[in-house]
Amino acid sequence: MAGSPTLLPESRLGSTLRRDPWWIEILPVIIVMGGFSIYATLRAFEGAYYSWGPYLSPFYSPLIDPQHHWWPLSPALLILAGPLGFRATCYYYRKALYRAFLLDPPACAVGEPSRRKYSGETKFPLILQNVHRYFFYLAVLFICFLWYDAIRAFFFDGHFGIGVGTLVLTLNVCLLSLYTFSCHSLRHLAGGKLDCFSCATFGRSRFAAWRLSTFLNERHMLFAWCSLFSVGFADFYVRLVASGAIRDLRLL
Amino acid sequence: MAEATLRVFRGDSNGGQTVDYRVPIAPGMVVLDALHHIQGHLAPDLAVRWNCKAGKCGSCSAEVNGRPRLTCKTRMDDLPQDQPITVLPMKSFPRIKDLVTDVSWNYRVNRKIPAFEPRPGTDWKISQLDVDRVQEFRKCIECFLCQDVCHVLREHDQKEKFGGPRFFVRIAGLEMHPLDGRNRNALLKDELGLGLCNITKCCTEVCPEEIRITDNAIIPLKERVVDEFYDPLTRMFRRIRGK
Repeated sequence: MAGSPTLLPESRLGSTLRRDPWWIEILPVIIVMGGFSIYATLRAFEGAYYSWGPYLSPFYSPLIDPQHHWWPLSPALLILAGPLGFRATCYYYRKALYRAFLLDPPACAVGEPSRRKYSGETKFPLILQNVHRYFFYLAVLFICFLWYDAIRAFFFDGHFGIGVGTLVLTLNVCLLSLYTFSCHSLRHLAGGKLDCFSCATFGRSRFAAWRLSTFLNERHMLFAWCSLFSVGFADFYVRLVASGAIRDLRLL
Repeated sequence: MAEATLRVFRGDSNGGQTVDYRVPIAPGMVVLDALHHIQGHLAPDLAVRWNCKAGKCGSCSAEVNGRPRLTCKTRMDDLPQDQPITVLPMKSFPRIKDLVTDVSWNYRVNRKIPAFEPRPGTDWKISQLDVDRVQEFRKCIECFLCQDVCHVLREHDQKEKFGGPRFFVRIAGLEMHPLDGRNRNALLKDELGLGLCNITKCCTEVCPEEIRITDNAIIPLKERVVDEFYDPLTRMFRRIRGK
Protein backbone atom coordinates (compact mmCIF):
# COMPACT_ATOMS: atom_id res chain seq x y z
CA MET A 1 0.00 0.00 0.00
CA ALA A 2 1.28 3.46 -0.86
CA GLY A 3 -0.25 6.91 -0.59
CA SER A 4 -0.67 8.86 -3.80
CA PRO A 5 -1.19 12.60 -4.14
CA THR A 6 -3.96 12.16 -6.75
CA LEU A 7 -7.19 13.79 -5.64
CA LEU A 8 -10.57 13.65 -7.34
CA PRO A 9 -10.38 15.52 -10.66
CA GLU A 10 -11.86 18.99 -10.68
CA SER A 11 -14.52 19.81 -13.23
CA ARG A 12 -13.10 21.67 -16.17
CA LEU A 13 -13.24 21.12 -19.92
CA GLY A 14 -11.89 17.69 -20.73
CA SER A 15 -11.18 16.64 -17.15
CA THR A 16 -11.72 12.92 -16.75
CA LEU A 17 -10.10 9.76 -15.50
CA ARG A 18 -11.24 7.89 -18.58
CA ARG A 19 -8.35 6.16 -20.29
CA ASP A 20 -9.94 5.73 -23.69
CA PRO A 21 -9.66 8.40 -26.39
CA TRP A 22 -13.14 9.83 -25.72
CA TRP A 23 -12.60 12.66 -28.20
CA ILE A 24 -12.64 10.12 -31.06
CA GLU A 25 -16.43 10.01 -30.72
CA ILE A 26 -16.87 13.70 -31.47
CA LEU A 27 -14.09 14.20 -33.98
CA PRO A 28 -15.93 12.61 -36.96
CA VAL A 29 -19.05 14.60 -36.07
CA ILE A 30 -17.09 17.85 -36.07
CA ILE A 31 -15.37 17.02 -39.36
CA VAL A 32 -18.39 15.62 -41.22
CA MET A 33 -21.02 18.03 -39.92
CA GLY A 34 -18.66 20.98 -40.23
CA GLY A 35 -17.66 19.98 -43.75
CA PHE A 36 -21.24 19.34 -44.79
CA SER A 37 -22.37 22.68 -43.39
CA ILE A 38 -19.69 24.56 -45.32
CA TYR A 39 -20.43 22.66 -48.54
CA ALA A 40 -24.20 23.04 -48.21
CA THR A 41 -23.89 26.77 -47.49
CA LEU A 42 -21.66 27.33 -50.50
CA ARG A 43 -23.97 25.30 -52.74
CA ALA A 44 -27.08 27.00 -51.43
CA PHE A 45 -25.68 30.43 -52.27
CA GLU A 46 -24.18 29.33 -55.60
CA GLY A 47 -27.54 29.28 -57.36
CA ALA A 48 -26.14 27.46 -60.43
CA TYR A 49 -25.42 23.93 -61.71
CA TYR A 50 -28.36 22.46 -59.84
CA SER A 51 -30.08 20.68 -62.70
CA TRP A 52 -29.18 18.73 -65.78
CA GLY A 53 -31.61 16.89 -68.04
CA PRO A 54 -34.08 15.12 -65.76
CA TYR A 55 -31.85 15.51 -62.71
CA LEU A 56 -32.46 18.10 -60.02
CA SER A 57 -30.20 18.55 -57.02
CA PRO A 58 -31.94 17.72 -53.73
CA PHE A 59 -30.63 21.03 -52.33
CA TYR A 60 -32.87 22.82 -54.83
CA SER A 61 -35.99 20.67 -54.68
CA PRO A 62 -38.72 21.83 -54.96
CA LEU A 63 -37.37 24.33 -57.46
CA ILE A 64 -39.03 27.69 -56.85
CA ASP A 65 -38.66 30.72 -59.12
CA PRO A 66 -35.53 29.61 -61.02
CA GLN A 67 -36.05 32.51 -63.45
CA HIS A 68 -35.77 35.04 -60.61
CA HIS A 69 -39.13 36.73 -61.27
CA TRP A 70 -39.61 37.69 -57.64
CA TRP A 71 -36.73 36.05 -55.76
CA PRO A 72 -33.37 37.50 -56.70
CA LEU A 73 -31.17 35.08 -54.77
CA SER A 74 -30.50 31.38 -55.08
CA PRO A 75 -33.71 29.27 -55.13
CA ALA A 76 -32.16 26.92 -52.55
CA LEU A 77 -32.37 29.64 -49.93
CA LEU A 78 -36.17 29.49 -50.17
CA ILE A 79 -36.39 25.87 -49.12
CA LEU A 80 -33.33 24.80 -47.18
CA ALA A 81 -34.75 25.91 -43.83
CA GLY A 82 -37.11 22.92 -43.96
CA PRO A 83 -34.55 20.08 -44.18
CA LEU A 84 -32.08 22.03 -42.07
CA GLY A 85 -34.67 22.52 -39.31
CA PHE A 86 -35.58 18.84 -39.42
CA ARG A 87 -31.97 17.80 -38.92
CA ALA A 88 -31.17 20.50 -36.36
CA THR A 89 -34.10 19.53 -34.14
CA CYS A 90 -33.73 15.76 -34.73
CA TYR A 91 -33.30 13.85 -31.48
CA TYR A 92 -30.26 12.02 -32.79
CA TYR A 93 -28.50 15.08 -34.16
CA ARG A 94 -29.22 16.95 -30.96
CA LYS A 95 -27.09 14.43 -29.11
CA ALA A 96 -24.35 14.64 -31.72
CA LEU A 97 -24.37 18.42 -31.94
CA TYR A 98 -24.57 19.09 -28.22
CA ARG A 99 -21.62 16.79 -27.68
CA ALA A 100 -19.47 17.86 -30.60
CA PHE A 101 -20.12 21.57 -30.90
CA LEU A 102 -21.45 22.74 -27.54
CA LEU A 103 -19.32 20.25 -25.55
CA ASP A 104 -22.31 19.88 -23.29
CA PRO A 105 -20.96 17.30 -22.43
CA PRO A 106 -18.11 16.48 -24.84
CA ALA A 107 -18.43 12.81 -23.79
CA CYS A 108 -19.84 10.81 -20.90
CA ALA A 109 -18.08 11.51 -17.59
CA VAL A 110 -15.87 14.16 -19.17
CA GLY A 111 -15.73 17.71 -17.83
CA GLU A 112 -17.45 20.58 -19.61
CA PRO A 113 -16.43 24.18 -20.14
CA SER A 114 -17.49 26.22 -17.12
CA ARG A 115 -20.70 28.11 -17.69
CA ARG A 116 -22.61 30.40 -15.43
CA LYS A 117 -25.97 28.79 -15.90
CA TYR A 118 -27.30 25.70 -17.62
CA SER A 119 -30.86 25.72 -18.91
CA GLY A 120 -30.88 22.71 -21.25
CA GLU A 121 -33.83 22.93 -23.63
CA THR A 122 -36.00 25.07 -21.37
CA LYS A 123 -35.13 28.53 -22.72
CA PHE A 124 -34.89 30.27 -26.09
CA PRO A 125 -33.44 29.27 -28.52
CA LEU A 126 -33.14 25.60 -27.53
CA ILE A 127 -36.73 25.42 -26.32
CA LEU A 128 -37.61 25.51 -30.04
CA GLN A 129 -36.33 21.93 -30.26
CA ASN A 130 -39.80 21.04 -29.05
CA VAL A 131 -41.25 21.84 -32.48
CA HIS A 132 -39.41 18.94 -34.10
CA ARG A 133 -42.70 17.33 -35.16
CA TYR A 134 -43.57 20.35 -37.29
CA PHE A 135 -40.28 20.00 -39.11
CA PHE A 136 -41.16 16.34 -39.54
CA TYR A 137 -44.40 17.35 -41.29
CA LEU A 138 -42.37 19.63 -43.55
CA ALA A 139 -39.84 16.85 -44.17
CA VAL A 140 -42.60 14.53 -45.38
CA LEU A 141 -43.60 17.20 -47.88
CA PHE A 142 -40.01 17.43 -49.07
CA ILE A 143 -39.82 13.66 -49.40
CA CYS A 144 -42.82 13.79 -51.76
CA PHE A 145 -41.02 16.30 -53.96
CA LEU A 146 -37.83 14.25 -53.89
CA TRP A 147 -39.66 11.08 -54.90
CA TYR A 148 -41.19 13.03 -57.78
CA ASP A 149 -37.66 14.15 -58.78
CA ALA A 150 -36.33 10.60 -58.50
CA ILE A 151 -39.11 9.22 -60.72
CA ARG A 152 -38.60 12.07 -63.17
CA ALA A 153 -34.92 11.10 -63.32
CA PHE A 154 -35.99 7.88 -65.11
CA PHE A 155 -37.26 9.82 -68.12
CA PHE A 156 -34.85 11.37 -70.60
CA ASP A 157 -36.62 13.54 -73.20
CA GLY A 158 -39.86 11.63 -72.56
CA HIS A 159 -38.25 8.19 -72.88
CA PHE A 160 -37.56 5.75 -70.07
CA GLY A 161 -33.93 5.44 -69.20
CA ILE A 162 -31.51 4.96 -66.37
CA GLY A 163 -28.35 6.94 -65.83
CA VAL A 164 -25.92 6.91 -62.93
CA GLY A 165 -27.66 10.08 -61.76
CA THR A 166 -30.98 8.22 -61.71
CA LEU A 167 -29.51 5.67 -59.33
CA VAL A 168 -27.87 8.35 -57.21
CA LEU A 169 -31.11 10.32 -56.83
CA THR A 170 -33.17 7.18 -56.19
CA LEU A 171 -30.78 5.87 -53.55
CA ASN A 172 -30.74 9.31 -51.98
CA VAL A 173 -34.51 9.54 -51.67
CA CYS A 174 -34.69 6.01 -50.27
CA LEU A 175 -32.18 6.88 -47.55
CA LEU A 176 -33.87 10.21 -46.85
CA SER A 177 -37.22 8.43 -46.55
CA LEU A 178 -35.75 5.93 -44.10
CA TYR A 179 -34.27 8.76 -42.06
CA THR A 180 -37.53 10.72 -42.09
CA PHE A 181 -39.79 7.79 -41.25
CA SER A 182 -37.55 6.56 -38.45
CA CYS A 183 -38.10 9.86 -36.63
CA HIS A 184 -38.83 9.74 -32.89
CA SER A 185 -41.76 12.14 -33.31
CA LEU A 186 -43.38 9.85 -35.87
CA ARG A 187 -42.91 6.92 -33.48
CA HIS A 188 -44.83 8.92 -30.89
CA LEU A 189 -47.56 10.03 -33.29
CA ALA A 190 -47.94 6.57 -34.79
CA GLY A 191 -48.83 4.99 -31.48
CA GLY A 192 -46.27 5.78 -28.82
CA LYS A 193 -48.56 8.37 -27.32
CA LEU A 194 -51.15 5.73 -26.47
CA ASP A 195 -51.15 4.13 -23.03
CA CYS A 196 -53.36 1.26 -24.06
CA PHE A 197 -53.19 -0.09 -27.59
CA SER A 198 -55.87 -2.68 -27.03
CA CYS A 199 -58.39 -0.08 -25.81
CA ALA A 200 -57.79 2.60 -28.47
CA THR A 201 -59.63 3.06 -31.75
CA PHE A 202 -57.61 1.26 -34.44
CA GLY A 203 -55.38 0.12 -31.56
CA ARG A 204 -54.07 -2.99 -33.30
CA SER A 205 -53.16 -1.04 -36.43
CA ARG A 206 -51.50 1.66 -34.39
CA PHE A 207 -49.58 -0.97 -32.44
CA ALA A 208 -48.36 -2.40 -35.74
CA ALA A 209 -47.44 1.12 -36.93
CA TRP A 210 -45.64 1.79 -33.65
CA ARG A 211 -43.75 -1.50 -33.90
CA LEU A 212 -42.68 -0.68 -37.45
CA SER A 213 -41.61 2.83 -36.52
CA THR A 214 -39.75 1.42 -33.52
CA PHE A 215 -37.89 -0.98 -35.81
CA LEU A 216 -36.86 1.92 -38.03
CA ASN A 217 -36.21 4.22 -35.07
CA GLU A 218 -33.64 1.82 -33.64
CA ARG A 219 -31.59 2.53 -36.78
CA HIS A 220 -32.26 6.28 -36.83
CA MET A 221 -28.60 7.21 -36.31
CA LEU A 222 -27.50 4.99 -39.18
CA PHE A 223 -30.10 6.50 -41.50
CA ALA A 224 -29.19 10.00 -40.33
CA TRP A 225 -25.57 9.59 -41.37
CA CYS A 226 -26.23 7.62 -44.56
CA SER A 227 -28.79 10.15 -45.75
CA LEU A 228 -26.48 13.05 -44.92
CA PHE A 229 -23.78 11.54 -47.11
CA SER A 230 -26.23 10.61 -49.85
CA VAL A 231 -27.86 14.03 -50.06
CA GLY A 232 -24.45 15.71 -50.21
CA PHE A 233 -23.22 13.26 -52.83
CA ALA A 234 -26.41 13.58 -54.91
CA ASP A 235 -26.00 17.33 -55.06
CA PHE A 236 -22.29 16.99 -55.83
CA TYR A 237 -23.00 14.53 -58.64
CA VAL A 238 -25.62 16.79 -60.22
CA ARG A 239 -23.23 19.71 -59.94
CA LEU A 240 -20.45 17.78 -61.66
CA VAL A 241 -22.76 16.76 -64.50
CA ALA A 242 -24.42 20.16 -64.81
CA SER A 243 -21.11 22.01 -64.86
CA GLY A 244 -19.72 19.66 -67.50
CA ALA A 245 -16.96 18.32 -65.27
CA ILE A 246 -18.14 14.77 -65.97
CA ARG A 247 -20.63 13.13 -68.30
CA ASP A 248 -23.56 11.18 -66.90
CA LEU A 249 -23.20 7.53 -67.83
CA ARG A 250 -26.39 6.11 -69.36
CA LEU A 251 -26.98 2.54 -68.24
CA LEU A 252 -30.20 1.99 -70.11
CA MET B 1 0.47 -14.92 -9.63
CA ALA B 2 -0.21 -11.78 -11.65
CA GLU B 3 -0.91 -8.63 -9.76
CA ALA B 4 -2.67 -5.37 -10.51
CA THR B 5 -2.58 -2.01 -8.79
CA LEU B 6 -5.86 -0.55 -7.66
CA ARG B 7 -5.86 3.18 -6.97
CA VAL B 8 -8.76 3.57 -4.58
CA PHE B 9 -10.22 6.73 -3.13
CA ARG B 10 -9.88 6.93 0.64
CA GLY B 11 -11.59 9.77 2.41
CA ASP B 12 -14.93 11.29 3.26
CA SER B 13 -16.98 14.43 2.67
CA ASN B 14 -14.12 16.58 3.94
CA GLY B 15 -11.69 15.32 1.32
CA GLY B 16 -9.26 12.53 0.81
CA GLN B 17 -6.83 11.03 -1.62
CA THR B 18 -6.31 7.93 -3.68
CA VAL B 19 -4.23 5.09 -2.27
CA ASP B 20 -2.53 2.37 -4.30
CA TYR B 21 -2.97 -1.32 -3.41
CA ARG B 22 -1.37 -4.34 -5.06
CA VAL B 23 -3.90 -7.11 -5.57
CA PRO B 24 -3.33 -10.65 -6.94
CA ILE B 25 -5.41 -11.35 -10.03
CA ALA B 26 -7.32 -14.60 -10.45
CA PRO B 27 -9.20 -15.71 -13.57
CA GLY B 28 -12.73 -14.28 -13.79
CA MET B 29 -12.07 -11.74 -11.05
CA VAL B 30 -14.13 -8.56 -11.00
CA VAL B 31 -13.24 -5.20 -9.50
CA LEU B 32 -15.47 -5.88 -6.49
CA ASP B 33 -13.42 -9.03 -5.79
CA ALA B 34 -10.28 -6.90 -5.81
CA LEU B 35 -11.90 -4.44 -3.40
CA HIS B 36 -12.85 -7.34 -1.15
CA HIS B 37 -9.25 -8.52 -1.25
CA ILE B 38 -8.13 -5.06 -0.14
CA GLN B 39 -10.74 -5.09 2.63
CA GLY B 40 -9.75 -8.57 3.74
CA HIS B 41 -5.98 -8.25 3.59
CA LEU B 42 -4.75 -4.69 3.25
CA ALA B 43 -7.25 -2.14 4.53
CA PRO B 44 -10.01 -3.58 6.73
CA ASP B 45 -11.55 -0.12 7.16
CA LEU B 46 -12.18 0.38 3.43
CA ALA B 47 -15.85 1.27 3.00
CA VAL B 48 -17.55 -0.40 0.02
CA ARG B 49 -21.29 -0.78 -0.46
CA TRP B 50 -22.27 -4.10 -2.00
CA ASN B 51 -24.83 -6.81 -1.63
CA CYS B 52 -25.47 -9.44 -4.29
CA LYS B 53 -22.29 -9.44 -6.42
CA ALA B 54 -24.50 -10.54 -9.26
CA GLY B 55 -25.41 -7.25 -10.95
CA LYS B 56 -28.91 -7.18 -9.55
CA CYS B 57 -28.88 -5.20 -6.30
CA GLY B 58 -27.39 -2.02 -7.77
CA SER B 59 -25.27 -1.32 -4.68
CA CYS B 60 -21.67 -1.45 -5.85
CA SER B 61 -21.73 1.50 -8.26
CA ALA B 62 -18.44 3.38 -8.58
CA GLU B 63 -16.23 4.95 -11.22
CA VAL B 64 -13.67 2.55 -12.60
CA ASN B 65 -11.02 4.23 -14.72
CA GLY B 66 -13.30 7.23 -14.97
CA ARG B 67 -16.37 5.34 -16.14
CA PRO B 68 -19.46 4.84 -13.96
CA ARG B 69 -19.90 1.08 -13.60
CA LEU B 70 -21.02 -1.68 -11.32
CA THR B 71 -17.81 -3.01 -9.77
CA CYS B 72 -19.32 -6.49 -9.65
CA LYS B 73 -19.82 -6.52 -13.43
CA THR B 74 -16.44 -5.07 -14.35
CA ARG B 75 -13.92 -7.82 -15.01
CA MET B 76 -10.33 -7.13 -14.11
CA ASP B 77 -9.11 -8.75 -17.33
CA ASP B 78 -11.11 -6.20 -19.34
CA LEU B 79 -9.05 -3.38 -17.83
CA PRO B 80 -5.51 -2.44 -18.87
CA GLN B 81 -3.13 -3.75 -16.23
CA ASP B 82 -0.10 -1.66 -17.19
CA GLN B 83 -1.36 1.32 -15.19
CA PRO B 84 -3.14 1.55 -11.83
CA ILE B 85 -6.89 0.97 -12.04
CA THR B 86 -8.63 3.91 -10.45
CA VAL B 87 -11.73 3.23 -8.37
CA LEU B 88 -13.53 6.36 -7.23
CA PRO B 89 -16.91 6.96 -5.64
CA MET B 90 -19.77 8.27 -7.79
CA LYS B 91 -19.05 11.91 -8.47
CA SER B 92 -22.62 13.21 -8.48
CA PHE B 93 -23.41 12.29 -4.88
CA PRO B 94 -21.92 13.43 -1.58
CA ARG B 95 -19.23 11.13 -0.28
CA ILE B 96 -19.80 9.41 3.05
CA LYS B 97 -16.66 7.31 3.30
CA ASP B 98 -14.27 5.91 0.70
CA LEU B 99 -16.44 4.43 -2.08
CA VAL B 100 -19.75 4.89 -0.28
CA THR B 101 -21.87 7.85 -1.32
CA ASP B 102 -25.07 9.32 0.03
CA VAL B 103 -27.75 8.59 -2.57
CA SER B 104 -30.69 9.63 -0.39
CA TRP B 105 -31.47 12.57 -2.70
CA ASN B 106 -32.79 10.00 -5.18
CA TYR B 107 -35.35 8.76 -2.68
CA ARG B 108 -36.53 12.30 -2.07
CA VAL B 109 -37.09 12.72 -5.81
CA ASN B 110 -38.90 9.41 -5.89
CA ARG B 111 -41.38 10.63 -3.29
CA LYS B 112 -42.46 13.46 -5.61
CA ILE B 113 -43.82 10.98 -8.14
CA PRO B 114 -47.50 10.10 -7.74
CA ALA B 115 -47.88 6.36 -7.51
CA PHE B 116 -49.93 4.18 -9.86
CA GLU B 117 -53.62 5.08 -9.74
CA PRO B 118 -56.05 2.94 -11.71
CA ARG B 119 -58.55 4.57 -14.05
CA PRO B 120 -62.09 4.66 -12.69
CA GLY B 121 -63.90 1.42 -13.49
CA THR B 122 -60.70 -0.38 -14.48
CA ASP B 123 -61.06 -3.83 -15.93
CA TRP B 124 -58.07 -5.59 -14.36
CA LYS B 125 -57.06 -7.43 -17.48
CA ILE B 126 -53.96 -6.39 -19.34
CA SER B 127 -53.12 -7.37 -22.87
CA GLN B 128 -49.50 -8.41 -23.46
CA LEU B 129 -49.14 -5.93 -26.29
CA ASP B 130 -49.87 -3.13 -23.82
CA VAL B 131 -47.23 -4.12 -21.30
CA ASP B 132 -44.37 -5.15 -23.55
CA ARG B 133 -42.81 -1.73 -23.58
CA VAL B 134 -43.23 -0.94 -19.86
CA GLN B 135 -41.65 -4.22 -18.82
CA GLU B 136 -38.31 -2.88 -20.00
CA PHE B 137 -38.50 -0.14 -17.37
CA ARG B 138 -39.08 -2.68 -14.60
CA LYS B 139 -35.57 -4.01 -15.14
CA CYS B 140 -34.09 -0.95 -13.41
CA ILE B 141 -32.00 -1.99 -10.38
CA GLU B 142 -31.57 1.55 -9.04
CA CYS B 143 -27.81 1.52 -9.23
CA PHE B 144 -28.00 5.27 -9.98
CA LEU B 145 -25.20 5.07 -12.53
CA CYS B 146 -27.44 6.97 -14.92
CA GLN B 147 -27.90 9.68 -12.32
CA ASP B 148 -24.15 9.75 -11.73
CA VAL B 149 -23.21 10.14 -15.38
CA CYS B 150 -25.97 12.58 -16.32
CA HIS B 151 -24.19 15.88 -16.88
CA VAL B 152 -27.18 17.88 -15.62
CA LEU B 153 -26.46 16.44 -12.18
CA ARG B 154 -22.76 15.70 -12.51
CA GLU B 155 -21.53 18.93 -14.04
CA HIS B 156 -24.35 21.38 -13.42
CA ASP B 157 -25.55 20.09 -10.06
CA GLN B 158 -29.21 20.87 -10.80
CA LYS B 159 -30.58 18.58 -8.11
CA GLU B 160 -33.20 21.10 -7.07
CA LYS B 161 -34.72 21.36 -10.55
CA PHE B 162 -34.08 17.99 -12.15
CA GLY B 163 -35.25 14.46 -11.47
CA GLY B 164 -32.71 12.55 -13.52
CA PRO B 165 -32.93 9.59 -15.89
CA ARG B 166 -33.74 7.00 -13.23
CA PHE B 167 -36.96 8.78 -12.38
CA PHE B 168 -37.87 9.49 -15.98
CA VAL B 169 -37.69 5.72 -16.44
CA ARG B 170 -39.98 5.23 -13.46
CA ILE B 171 -42.45 7.82 -14.73
CA ALA B 172 -42.36 6.33 -18.23
CA GLY B 173 -43.35 3.00 -16.69
CA LEU B 174 -46.30 4.65 -14.98
CA GLU B 175 -47.36 6.96 -17.81
CA MET B 176 -47.34 4.16 -20.39
CA HIS B 177 -49.08 1.73 -18.05
CA PRO B 178 -52.36 0.72 -19.72
CA LEU B 179 -54.36 0.94 -16.48
CA ASP B 180 -52.90 4.06 -14.93
CA GLY B 181 -55.13 7.11 -14.95
CA ARG B 182 -52.85 9.86 -13.69
CA ASN B 183 -51.17 12.53 -15.76
CA ARG B 184 -47.63 13.43 -14.70
CA ASN B 185 -46.72 15.71 -17.61
CA ALA B 186 -46.85 18.92 -15.56
CA LEU B 187 -44.68 17.31 -12.89
CA LEU B 188 -42.20 16.27 -15.57
CA LYS B 189 -42.05 19.71 -17.11
CA ASP B 190 -42.07 21.89 -14.03
CA GLU B 191 -40.78 20.01 -11.02
CA LEU B 192 -38.57 17.33 -12.52
CA GLY B 193 -37.11 19.52 -15.27
CA LEU B 194 -37.41 17.16 -18.22
CA GLY B 195 -36.47 20.07 -20.49
CA LEU B 196 -33.05 20.25 -18.83
CA CYS B 197 -32.21 16.90 -20.38
CA ASN B 198 -30.47 17.50 -23.70
CA ILE B 199 -30.64 13.81 -24.64
CA THR B 200 -26.92 13.18 -24.92
CA LYS B 201 -27.56 9.53 -24.06
CA CYS B 202 -24.88 8.97 -21.42
CA CYS B 203 -27.54 7.41 -19.18
CA THR B 204 -28.24 4.81 -21.86
CA GLU B 205 -24.54 4.12 -22.33
CA VAL B 206 -23.92 3.27 -18.67
CA CYS B 207 -27.11 1.37 -17.83
CA PRO B 208 -26.04 -2.15 -16.72
CA GLU B 209 -29.53 -3.46 -17.49
CA GLU B 210 -29.29 -2.06 -21.03
CA ILE B 211 -32.51 -0.13 -20.71
CA ARG B 212 -32.78 2.21 -23.68
CA ILE B 213 -33.42 5.09 -21.32
CA THR B 214 -33.20 7.94 -23.80
CA ASP B 215 -35.05 6.42 -26.74
CA ASN B 216 -37.70 4.49 -24.88
CA ALA B 217 -38.33 6.61 -21.79
CA ILE B 218 -37.04 10.17 -22.02
CA ILE B 219 -37.85 11.00 -25.64
CA PRO B 220 -41.40 9.54 -25.48
CA LEU B 221 -41.95 11.57 -22.30
CA LYS B 222 -40.61 14.68 -24.02
CA GLU B 223 -43.08 14.08 -26.84
CA ARG B 224 -45.92 13.75 -24.32
CA VAL B 225 -44.89 17.05 -22.74
CA VAL B 226 -44.81 18.61 -26.22
CA ASP B 227 -48.36 17.29 -26.81
CA GLU B 228 -49.58 19.01 -23.69
CA PHE B 229 -47.57 22.22 -23.54
CA TYR B 230 -45.85 23.09 -26.82
CA ASP B 231 -47.90 21.79 -29.74
CA PRO B 232 -50.70 24.24 -30.54
CA LEU B 233 -52.45 21.85 -32.92
CA THR B 234 -52.61 19.00 -30.41
CA ARG B 235 -53.84 21.38 -27.74
CA MET B 236 -56.51 22.70 -30.09
CA PHE B 237 -57.70 19.18 -30.99
CA ARG B 238 -57.77 18.23 -27.34
CA ARG B 239 -59.87 21.29 -26.54
CA ILE B 240 -62.27 20.50 -29.39
CA ARG B 241 -62.62 16.92 -28.15
CA GLY B 242 -63.15 18.22 -24.61
CA LYS B 243 -60.14 16.38 -23.14
